Amino acid sequence: MAARSEEVLLIVNHVRNKKTDGTLYMMGERMGWMQGSKSTFSISYMYADIKAQKISPDSKEKVQLQLVLHDGGANTFHFINPKGRSAAIADRDGVKDLLQQLIPKFRRKLSSELEEKNRMLQENPELFQLYKDLVVTGVITADEFWASRKNQSTVKTDKSQNVGVSAAFLADIKPQTDGCNGLKYNLTADVIESIFRTYPMVKKMHAEHVPHNMTESEFWTRFFQSHYFHRDRTVMGSKDVFTECAKVDEKDMKEEISCKMVDSFLDLTNIKDSSLHEDYRGLTEDTRISNNVTNGTMIRRFNHHSTMVLKACTKNSQNAQSSSAADNSVQSSDTQNGEVTPKVNGVVNGEQGSSTSKEYWEPLAKKQKMQEKIHMDDLGDLKSKKNVNLHLHKMEGYLHGPTPLMMSRYTTSEDLVQSSESVMQDVYQWSPDLSNVLSGSQAIVILSELSPGGALMKGTSHQELNQIVPPDVQEEVKANYSALLELLRHFWTCFPVSSKSLEEKVVKMKSTLERFQMAKLIPLKERLQEYHYTVNLTSHMEELLAAANRKFDMWQSRKSTVKR
Amino acid sequence: MKLNIDGLLVYFPYDYIYPEQYMYMLELKKSLDAKGHCALEMPSGTGKTISLLSLIVAYMKANPLEVTKLIYCSRTVPELEKVVAELKNLMDYYEQQLGKGKPKILGLALSSRKNLCINPEVSQERDGKNVDALCHKLTASFVRTNHKRDATVPVCSFYESYDAHGKEMPLPEGVYGLDELQEYGRKKGFCPYFLARHAITHANIVVYSYYYLLDPKIAEVVSKELSKNAVVVFDEAHNIDNVCIESMSIKITRRTLDKCQQNIDGLSKQIQRLKDCDAERLKTEYQKLVQGLRDANIARETDVILANPVLPDDVLKEAVPGNIRTAEHFLGFMKRFLEYMKIRLRVQHVVSESPPSFLKDCYQKVCIERKPLRFCAERLNSMMRTLELVEIHDFSALSLLCHFATLVSTYAKGFVLIIEPFDDRTPTISNPILHFSCMDASIAIKPVFDRFQTVVITSGTLSPLEMYPRILDFRPVTMATFTMTLARTCICPMVVSKGNDQVAMTSKYETREDVAVIRNYGNLLVEFCSIVPDGIVCFFTSYIYMESTVAAWYEQGILDQVQKHKLLFIETQDAAETSLALLNYQKACENGRGAVLLSVARGKVSEGIDFDHHFGRAVIMFGIPYVYTQSKILKARLEYLRDQYQIRENDFLTFDAMRHAAQCVGRALRGKTDYGIMVFADKRFARADKRSKIPRWIQEYLKDGLCNLSVDEAVQVSKRFLRQMAQPFSREDQLGLSLLTVEQLDQEDTKKKLQSRMQYV
Repeated sequence: MAARSEEVLLIVNHVRNKKTDGTLYMMGERMGWMQGSKSTFSISYMYADIKAQKISPDSKEKVQLQLVLHDGGANTFHFINPKGRSAAIADRDGVKDLLQQLIPKFRRKLSSELEEKNRMLQENPELFQLYKDLVVTGVITADEFWASRKNQSTVKTDKSQNVGVSAAFLADIKPQTDGCNGLKYNLTADVIESIFRTYPMVKKMHAEHVPHNMTESEFWTRFFQSHYFHRDRTVMGSKDVFTECAKVDEKDMKEEISCKMVDSFLDLTNIKDSSLHEDYRGLTEDTRISNNVTNGTMIRRFNHHSTMVLKACTKNSQNAQSSSAADNSVQSSDTQNGEVTPKVNGVVNGEQGSSTSKEYWEPLAKKQKMQEKIHMDDLGDLKSKKNVNLHLHKMEGYLHGPTPLMMSRYTTSEDLVQSSESVMQDVYQWSPDLSNVLSGSQAIVILSELSPGGALMKGTSHQELNQIVPPDVQEEVKANYSALLELLRHFWTCFPVSSKSLEEKVVKMKSTLERFQMAKLIPLKERLQEYHYTVNLTSHMEELLAAANRKFDMWQSRKSTVKR
Repeated sequence: MKLNIDGLLVYFPYDYIYPEQYMYMLELKKSLDAKGHCALEMPSGTGKTISLLSLIVAYMKANPLEVTKLIYCSRTVPELEKVVAELKNLMDYYEQQLGKGKPKILGLALSSRKNLCINPEVSQERDGKNVDALCHKLTASFVRTNHKRDATVPVCSFYESYDAHGKEMPLPEGVYGLDELQEYGRKKGFCPYFLARHAITHANIVVYSYYYLLDPKIAEVVSKELSKNAVVVFDEAHNIDNVCIESMSIKITRRTLDKCQQNIDGLSKQIQRLKDCDAERLKTEYQKLVQGLRDANIARETDVILANPVLPDDVLKEAVPGNIRTAEHFLGFMKRFLEYMKIRLRVQHVVSESPPSFLKDCYQKVCIERKPLRFCAERLNSMMRTLELVEIHDFSALSLLCHFATLVSTYAKGFVLIIEPFDDRTPTISNPILHFSCMDASIAIKPVFDRFQTVVITSGTLSPLEMYPRILDFRPVTMATFTMTLARTCICPMVVSKGNDQVAMTSKYETREDVAVIRNYGNLLVEFCSIVPDGIVCFFTSYIYMESTVAAWYEQGILDQVQKHKLLFIETQDAAETSLALLNYQKACENGRGAVLLSVARGKVSEGIDFDHHFGRAVIMFGIPYVYTQSKILKARLEYLRDQYQIRENDFLTFDAMRHAAQCVGRALRGKTDYGIMVFADKRFARADKRSKIPRWIQEYLKDGLCNLSVDEAVQVSKRFLRQMAQPFSREDQLGLSLLTVEQLDQEDTKKKLQSRMQYV
């Protein structure tokens, strides 16, 4: 059964697991271990399930390799090559190297897809709701759901964020004493990448010198002796590779300082408004200058380091492709006693150029920043109502109203007096005509029709629909709407039905729609009826469904006529 | 909103107002009514500038005869521009409310040529002195006369066109910042600098820097004709005494004297040449001086860059003495004086003496009297104009010496001469320096107090207020300090006095090099880096101390730990380098990386840069920023203050240290929606004499329980504070407490409540 259809990458004999001898097989997508006497794998791991591998230190007698799984489990293989320990180590290293390449490859593939879906659901609450309504309730399957979204998702994948560089990446390299008067630095691929990204000069040097002039480890040994690692060290003789780096860095620093400051709020050289000679100023400031050159350069190097780290981050977002290309080439997995195993391709991309993209400090931007600085948010009105101020040309006219002379076409004051008097008289003279009143029941009917909600008052108290319907009901109707529309979208995309598969899908969608109507729409409608709304909230959905049904019926009848 | 401030209608360009702004305006109006001076302290970030502008503009509109002008002085160029922007907002609000088009008010900013020049060649220059010199080269009156004769002599076209047409055409009403002035200048082809200098005489509001009013050399040129019915505002005035002292002090080194020698040689050659070809000119100058004119030439506005260094009242109104009337005699006189100065600088030990004893010695040694010395500065100016020298910049050394001569012979009191043979740090290398230092801040500011009817001294940190009238020697009508009304306590001051190992934290000189102290300071920083979001700003007491501490921290691995959480930026002594570090610091705060800035109290950063909102969520003050007390000049000043003003040395030192500390921590808070932690990391801050000198708005929240914390406790307090601040905060929470509407202001009980919160000094 073993290696029947799968490609076998590596077979290692003499591997002991749980005190039983056997053979280790590395295949395209999984690895397995077979007990010596059997012909089936007693242990089999998909590469995607493996979280990390660990190997025993050289000092230990046994040559072992441990696999740590994502579910927390672990398994240890013991290499026992009869040819001796070195052969066993060689066996083990073969497995280790292969795993080193394979694990990250599978890890990425698996997680990226799931993560992508997860991300889409998280970013888009509507989609999440839809997913809950359709997939969780079993209306359509998850695969169907995602199938229609696949093309949408691929567009967004490029937007992934780049990992920044830690400011302390150099400090993280803890030197260990190896017991015999020497220091040992553990360099991982991540650290190397950080160094290269932060200091393009070092990368260039590396490309130039390795492997022509010196070996990989020699290069890094010198790096650790250089000023980069010991910031308080002054630059030593010219024989050092990194002396040149230091010079270039110094030049960069100077250049950056000399280019004109863009933000006038931060420009300390221009902050004082006085062009007098310093000799005119007495000593009120502390002008004691320190003479310690070492400390001075150290401080400058710290500033430079932080600046470069910051730049490495911003640069990344600009040319993401180039750095991701570097990503792949410097890939190596996390071995515990990680020796220096960097694999660096010789590509030096001219990243220097991107630093020139500097925003120009335009007066407009300056003004905006100024306003930002002086404006006090909490004092201003948040609503910022843009009302028009009343500018009166004639204040009197506004205060006293139209003067009597001009209002001849209105009722004169005499008329007013007359009419009010007549009303007064009417009131005084009014006496109830008791024989001519309405009957009690009729009066109540009229009264009720005149009170709010009655037929006669309908037009007067117009209420917006969204005020009548409580928000939770609104939400529910909305959710149902979107679910229905999603289903209908699936349904309508099947037309024109050109293939067999589409035909199947149409039938399936039709039944899905029916299921939706039964399971969701009708209960909703019944519930809504309890509230006695004047408007039928579900009518439009029903119309939509009816339209789909008609289309389906038409299609079916046409199909049957064609068949006939 | 429209406010009623004690019967005055004030337009305030916001819909709400802070209670302290209202109170501030009330106090300000009182002193305007009384035509007297005042000192007001109001927390930073409570809208001091807009309150000042609103009230004074309203007052000018209501009483156009009593107050004709507002002179607003600030310290830095960005500050000036901010004031102009606020003024613009106010004017827009007036226009919107009254609707009669632009209000009839002219406001403008004035700055040095460097910031205003639009001449394509001159403005390329980045150094202010060079811009001034180049400008003089193109605009001096004799250059322009020569140009009329010989068209190849270059002149500045902008100045020419301004001179021809610009003076008759007044600047239209409006508000002009530096950019607007340049824009206007470009449009009309006028020189913005001279346009602005001319316009300030009739402008209603002038915004410029301290020096234009306080430094007699510049004030005489620029601010001579300003109306007396003006209100002068000194904003950010916590350091005003230092500005006063600076503007009257002079420093002379051996190099200066060497240059003087060259200058004198050069001048005598010039005179010789002039004698050969155009002796007439020298003769006319002499004749005019004989006739009793103080200055032989009528100085045009472009001719003088620096006027007499003494105050206008002290300038002698008589003819130049006979022995320096002719150019050659004057040069000979200067030569003698220079030789004398050279002798004086050849000392082996520190000399400190008063101006009278210096003059006496001078008379004994080289027979130079006091009177001709007093005319040196003016005599040199006159001669330079007669000789029609273009490169005045080259003669700056000689002009410095002449200024010194004039100053030393004019003032017998309040000044000290200190000659140091070498630097303290390098006692073997001879590097003599003569400091001629003013010790009395009131000398320079006195004419301002005397001349203008109201002078307002204001800042966010003026505590203790009673010190300022003493050192500036003036009688204020009102002195008041305002606290910040807060709906939520958005500042969290604390005194961290010890590390987790209980070793006291202090920058005291004896213990500051102690490893345990340095490590504890480092731990404090590391702990805060791990809990505070975005930016942290740290201040050290001096640059040297910072440098040694940083070196020690590097050795101890503390900086590595800091870098795990945040990017690290450090102020250096180079301004351009620091600017770059600041820019990157802000970038790191903006993009969420978070950063730490190590900086120095009394440095450029602590004076000019705001760390509002996420740019400074915490400020840590490592130690008390005492001034360098070993300086001889400081010692002389302390002695003077003790003898003349009965201010004890320690009182002044503590006052000075605390105002700088307050200034540093105050940088983090720029408004009520902002929040920040203020850590005073020195056990001495908890002592009553220090604590009582912290501004009241900070002191209020520095409870006893926060005065003796260890690092761990401080971290706990900060964590809780940051959690609280992370809660949503809305206008409704503030309204009525720290934010008022017009209606609320009108209520009687609000007024009473406000009154009870006031504190007069």
